Amino acid sequence: MSRTIQEKALLATILAPTRAASECPPGQFCGPSVDEYFPEAILFAGTPFELNRILLIRLLAVAVVILFLWLGTRSLKVVPTRGQVAVEFALDFVRKGIAIDTLGEKDGRRFMPLLFTIFFLTLGLNLTGTIPGLQIASTGLIGQPILLAVIAYVVFVYAGVRKFGAGGFLKNSLWLPGVPVFIKPIIAVLEFLSTFIVRPVTLTLRLTMNMVAGHMLLTLCFLATGFFFSLLLDGNAIGAIGAGTLLMGIAFTVLEIFVAGLQAYIFTILTAIYIQLALAESH
Amino acid sequence: MDLVGHIAPLAFGLAAIGSGVGVGLIVGKTIESVARQPELAGRLQTLMWIGIAITEALCFIAIGVAFIPFPAP
Repeated sequence: MSRTIQEKALLATILAPTRAASECPPGQFCGPSVDEYFPEAILFAGTPFELNRILLIRLLAVAVVILFLWLGTRSLKVVPTRGQVAVEFALDFVRKGIAIDTLGEKDGRRFMPLLFTIFFLTLGLNLTGTIPGLQIASTGLIGQPILLAVIAYVVFVYAGVRKFGAGGFLKNSLWLPGVPVFIKPIIAVLEFLSTFIVRPVTLTLRLTMNMVAGHMLLTLCFLATGFFFSLLLDGNAIGAIGAGTLLMGIAFTVLEIFVAGLQAYIFTILTAIYIQLALAESH
Repeated sequence: MDLVGHIAPLAFGLAAIGSGVGVGLIVGKTIESVARQPELAGRLQTLMWIGIAITEALCFIAIGVAFIPFPAP
């Protein structure tokens, strides 16, 4: 318990000039802080199943994704309805655009369930960051991307070991052909770092930090808008800047919707590429 | 005047120089190639996103470093 408080204090000091809204002195602007990712527990407080606002949003997003896919594929018709077209477009995008394009017909079908899951889960959770009223992407909490990255890691190592055996897989990915013998050990060390350490870490950090940075941008814009408009109501003309920050907030919301899709796509396609590299004979 | 704050954003700024140049090169070269061979646009775009994702990672590592709880001296 004290550990989490310590971490919160540490994270709060990282964005030093910003303070939580409750500690904000009146008449002064306070930007967003990382505290927003650690809200008060709402349900089951004090138990290991403690749920706070972000986790409830996560559950909601998962429910919406399940409903979307279930209702969309429940009664498929040869002449599709408008909803079916949307679902088919999304499914086909992952299937053709990601799985079969990178992995080929046979392996693409084999790993498709995993790629589907990663894509739709990440997309659903990312999009909650831009929905007014929810306004937080639970992929910004590092646990979720870590879980997905660990799954991707286990799967590509499993795929390689299954095909070539443990020794063969290591030799394939570390002992590169066409490299002069005397630098091969150095390259092997570098390849080991990049394949088995950098890959999962960057998968995790890319998604998390994109979402955290996006959330900070949006909250900064909208908090500033609120602050400037309250100045305007007090009769201070400088509050007119609020119109600009509002426009920026809307523009960044559109950007964040794009980023949400892009990050889901990139996470999925990198997973597919890592599996493909593990399955390749030699590169 | 005292400067108060955390030094971590500086690390992000420095990392952003490198990845900014990198992403710019990748996108520029992709546009060049698409102008030469428009029929390859789809495949080149996929490759471009992958290249961007890998280059950009340095930037996000730099943001992430700020959150590592280093022990106080």
